[in-house]
Order: sequence, then structure tokens, then C-alpha cells
Amino acid sequence: MKKLLIALLFTFVSTGVHAGGHSPCGVTDGSIKILANEFTTYRIFMDEVKSCAGPSADFSVTHSVDHNKLQVAALSANPAEFSAKLVTNGSITTLMNDNLIRPLDDLVAKYGSALQDNQKIVIDGKIYAIAFMANAQHLWYRESILNDLGIAVPSTYEEVIAAAEKIKASGKMANPYAGAFKSGWNLGQEFVNMYLGHGGDFFKAGTAEVSVNNANGVAALNMLKRLTEVSNPDFLTQDTNAVKEEWESGNVALMHIWNSGAASLLDDEGDQMIKADTRLAPSPSVGGGMKPATTLWWDGFGIATNTSDENAEASFRALLGAATSTEMANANPNATIWLIDGYSPGDTAGPVVDAANRGATPYPSLPYMSLLHGALSTELVEFLQGNESAEKALADVEAAYVAKATEQGFL
Amino acid sequence: MPHKTFFWFFFPSGLAMLMFIGLPIISSFFQSLHIEPEQILMEVEKCDPFGCKTETKVDIEATNKLQEEQPLGRFNGLGTYGDRNHLAFDEIKEAWTNSSSIAEFTDILLNLPFYKALLFTLTFCFAVTPPVVVLGFIVALSVNTITKSLKGPTIFGVILPMIVTPLIGSLVLFWMIDAKGILGSFIQFLFDDPNLSLKSSSQLTWITLIIYGIWHNTPFAFVVFYAALQTVPQDPIEAAIIDGASRYERVRHIVIPHLYPVATFIILICLMDNFRVLEPIIGFAAEGVAQSLSWMIYNDLRSENKMLFGSAGATSMLTIIGVAILLTPVLIRTWREFRTER
Repeated sequence: MKKLLIALLFTFVSTGVHAGGHSPCGVTDGSIKILANEFTTYRIFMDEVKSCAGPSADFSVTHSVDHNKLQVAALSANPAEFSAKLVTNGSITTLMNDNLIRPLDDLVAKYGSALQDNQKIVIDGKIYAIAFMANAQHLWYRESILNDLGIAVPSTYEEVIAAAEKIKASGKMANPYAGAFKSGWNLGQEFVNMYLGHGGDFFKAGTAEVSVNNANGVAALNMLKRLTEVSNPDFLTQDTNAVKEEWESGNVALMHIWNSGAASLLDDEGDQMIKADTRLAPSPSVGGGMKPATTLWWDGFGIATNTSDENAEASFRALLGAATSTEMANANPNATIWLIDGYSPGDTAGPVVDAANRGATPYPSLPYMSLLHGALSTELVEFLQGNESAEKALADVEAAYVAKATEQGFL
Repeated sequence: MPHKTFFWFFFPSGLAMLMFIGLPIISSFFQSLHIEPEQILMEVEKCDPFGCKTETKVDIEATNKLQEEQPLGRFNGLGTYGDRNHLAFDEIKEAWTNSSSIAEFTDILLNLPFYKALLFTLTFCFAVTPPVVVLGFIVALSVNTITKSLKGPTIFGVILPMIVTPLIGSLVLFWMIDAKGILGSFIQFLFDDPNLSLKSSSQLTWITLIIYGIWHNTPFAFVVFYAALQTVPQDPIEAAIIDGASRYERVRHIVIPHLYPVATFIILICLMDNFRVLEPIIGFAAEGVAQSLSWMIYNDLRSENKMLFGSAGATSMLTIIGVAILLTPVLIRTWREFRTER
């Protein structure tokens, strides 16, 4: 993995030779309807998709932070509500489980000569998605505040808490830390990060049997609890976008959010003092472990099974045009880490590369992972509010998972 | 009205109710008896930007075949009703034998998702309905006495909370009670506590939701009471005035008895509506601390995996039973009144 990312990020030399293949852009037939998550990098990407599709294309995109909850219902219908969906290694599994996205091999053969090999998401020998960016959550800090108080950049979560407590004690900020703890998917993701950072495994190897109620799980929960104690008391209602607003209002000095947040945090809008003071740091490790407590993600697109071949081809062409657009990538080098040929990484890519180098694991793409993530989303709240012990919360997670997985036919 | 006329009068709406309410309920019931077919798993090689590795995946062909053989899924009888996410019989039995005190048993019981949701739902119902009836009545009485020229605008202002879509109304309030919102910072100023946040504790979130519920439901009670007030006979009131009855006595002894059946109707509708509370929970991002039965159904159908139709169906059935139990006392009472009037 290390070699791969280094290769990915530093040895890309645009060859510029795209011999053969049809040009994907300028779509005239078929309609393009895309469902996507809502954040600035996706907006940049979608602008490129739209311009690739051309003025005569029937184009629409729906950005929603609830995209994961909508996707199954929206793509199960026949014809599907959307012809394409932006997917990640987290959400693709759910779509694969129900056969809701189609193999893309013939379309790649026809149009995809500009694609890098590592952009192709190959499952059982078939291409099911095209990746265009890599993402991970990592630490962000306010340099002047840390400098003023003589705090070194934290490299472990224990140091993060010590730093946050020092900032709190200095009276500069009441709640210096922020993470996306909103009950629901975000909260589940915080646990996933922390649990993997402690070296835990979610399932008994090769089975759908869950196992999180163990020492690693308890340690992970206790660490989350300590982080929430130095966070805004409303943490259970704050998703990534809300955390970014807190940051831009200057209420927070340390936060753990997505690398792609750079697209909106480091743009020309908002308080330029805070922007100039914003620094990115590697994701901290935890509990004496070596691995950073974060997960690696790729973002890409898949094409709906239940849409006409004509719409599928139109959508594929427009999305591919953006997913191979070196100009877009280099015009927005800090928006994310593009996986696109000819892209020279900006100065915000470091923490993600660092996470990969230090052995961070990609988010588990197991068919039953989303059920566990769902159980984590709702059952951890009482612990974080101090109404329940960590063991009890984890036992509840397991029980909720078992009931759902049984109904789904995994157990 | 002759029975025949009544039948033809009622027939179109009866048919619509059967088709759009009756049949879906029956279909939900059948769905709740089934669970998904077994998922066949297989090991495949997966390659992505982070490298190639062998991973588990659902064998789509084999699973689809099972799905085609049993389109409804596997028959599970009442299994879904009894599992941990619903009535949780096994867990309750275990808790009963293992817990040393009633308090411990209650703790375990209220930690189970269904009972947790039921507790909030019932609390919401019974905390919202009485104030709605009382406030609705007071507002209706007040509006009834103001001069004609002011009536129109006042009525509009009063029913505004009902006109605003619940989700929008709750979102607006959600932002206002934020620690930096106008209401949130005012409350902080009032209690002189800069860390006070309505969103951070379960109790305060529950109270916020209940106050929202009262705010949203009062206009309904007002509209019904206001209409009913127009039917209060003037003769007994005039007689009472001549007899020297005060305004309070007139309301207490003439208006309230006259509006009694209307109040029963409002209570009935309010209980039914509030038992299905959903939008404010979403609007106030309160899923973590306040879950209702409707929220459980919503969550089952919008979970990130395949939609849990069986589970959602079971919760729907239990909700219907809950509404029926809740309304029984009121209905029995209405029936008795109806009989005595005859």
C-alpha cells in the first residue's frame, strides 16, 4: 500500500498519450441523473461533469448528506430514480449486495483510455466503479494557538486531549476540540476510526459474527468520551459541515475531519485570519498503537443497473470526463487528493499519504459492515451522555446488529 | 338518514379508505411475518486504489435465485415481533429473572429500542395533549371576544404554527435554540450559564420537543374550539347574565359543558397524531436521545443497508395496536355518551 500511494502521488508524470478511444464529453443522447454526497469537492467535481456533459445534455445532480440512506431505495426502482451514484468504499458494498450497480467493462473499453489502472474498482474481475479521489480523516490545528501556549502538534489522541485541556485552561476557548459526533452515520464513523486505531477487528474472521464488546472497544469508547468532554456540548448534533462552521467561526483549535474539508476551509471565503492559521497534521494514533486512528477512503462513481443502456452510457461519459480531467485536478490541487492522471498533489495531501504509510486500513467493505455501522450510530449515544457503561453500550451494539443481521439473512 | 342513503354517501370514502389504508395495512402485516432470504456469501478478489485483497461479497446470482423462489422472503411468523428490536420477549424474561430490583428491571427494559421509543412516544402524547386542549380553548375564547376588525389577522397569526410545515418549523426552532441562536443565547443569559445548551441533554431535548409539539398542535385545537364557540346558544348565556353570573361562571357552567364533545374529539385526534410523532425528531436532530415508534419505522426503511421491511412492518403493526389501545377509553366514553343521549 505504501509503495502504491507513493507511486500514486509522486511519480505521476502526465504522459498525455491517450491514443485510441472515443472522447467522452459532449453528450447529446440520454439523460444524466446523479445522486451524490454534499461537500465542496463534490461540487467542484460535479461542475466538471456538467461542463463535460455539454449544454445540450439532460443533466441533473442531487447533492444530499443523506445520500447513503437514499441510495438503495432510489436505485432499486426500475427504472431507477438516478442513473449514477457517487460511491465510496463504504457505500459501494450496499449497492453491490443488491446488484444495483452495473459492470462497466465495455464502457471503459470504449471511452476509458485515459483512466489510470488504480482508478478502476475491480471486484471479481469486473469493473464496478471508477475512483477519482482518495480521502481520509486527519487532525487539523490552529498554529498560533498551539504556539502561544507552547503546545507541540499532537501525534496521539492522549496528546490531543492534553492539548485541548491546556487550551481550555488558558481561557482562549471553551471547547477547543471538534469532531463529527452527530448521532447517526458520523458517530458510527468516529467509533470505527478509534476502534481500528486500537487494533480491533469488527468481525470474527470470515464470518458475519460481530465482536466489538472487548477491551479495544471499551478503550475506543472511553477515548471518544474524553474527546467529547473537550468538545462543544452540542456534539451529538454536529456533522462534518457543522464542525467546519465551528472552525471557521474560530471556536475550535483542534479537529479531526476529512482531508477534502480543505476545499472549503482553505478557500477565499470566510475569515482569512483563521484560514492563514489553519494547519493540517497526520491523524493521531491512540492507546500506544502504531496505526493512525483513521480509515482510508476512495470516492468514485457507479452506474445504476436499473437504467437504460443509453442513460448509462451518457452518465458514464460525463462522469468519466471529469474523472480524467487533469485540468480540473490541477486547478483545484487542494480540494482533495485526485487519483487523476497528470495531477500534481497540493500541499494538503500530506496527512492522507502519511496515514497510508503508517498502515491505516481502508474502511472495511464487507456486506454486513453497514448494518454494524447502523447499530453503532444509535446505540453509543447513551454512553457518551454518561447514562450507560461502555460494556453495556457495546453489548447493545452487538445485540442490535444481531437482530438486524438475522432479519437480513446474514446470520 | 336512511341506511341506504348513508351507504351511498359513505361508499366513495369507504372504498378509498379500504384501498389506500386497509390494503396497505394488510400488506404490511404479511411483510412483517417474513425476513430476507439467506444471503449467500463468497470470497472474491477486490482491487481499489489501496491495493488488491480477497474480501467477502454477497453472491448475487445465488441470492437472487433464493429471492425469486421466495419473493416475500423467509417465513418467520411472529419472530420479528419478538426479537430484540421489537417486543424483546427473551431479553425481558432474562432481565426479570436476573435483576434484583424493579428499578434495575426498568433500566434494562427502557434500554431496549422498542420500549425506549414507546416511553418517549407516550411521554410526548400525554405531555402535549392536555396543554394543547387547555391552550386551544383559552385562545379560542380570547379570539372570540376581540373586535371584528382585528379577528382576521389574529386568527391568521394564531394558526400560523399549523400552517408551517412541521419539518421547517422544527428546523427554524432548532437553529434558534442553538447556543448561538437568539433563543439559545437568551436562555443562557437568563440562567447566567454560558455552557447551557438545550441540545446537549436528553431531558432538555425532550422538553424542547414537547414545547414544540404544544406550539404546533394548539392551532388545531383553537380552530375546532373556535368553530364550536359559534354554536353556543345565546339564550342561556343571556339568562345567566340576567341572573348575575360572572364571565367565569358563564364559561364554566354553559360554554364548557356545551363544548365537551368537541374536547373529546380534539383529545382523540391529538393523541392519535402525537403517537405518530416523527418530524420534530428529525428537525431537532434529536434521534440520539428521543426516538419514537414512527422514527423506528423511518429508520428501518432508511437504513444504509437493504430496507428492513419486516422490521418496519412489525413496528407499524405495533403502532396501530398502540393507537387502538390509547383511544379505547376515549372511544368507550364517546359511545356511552352517544347511548345515553339516545
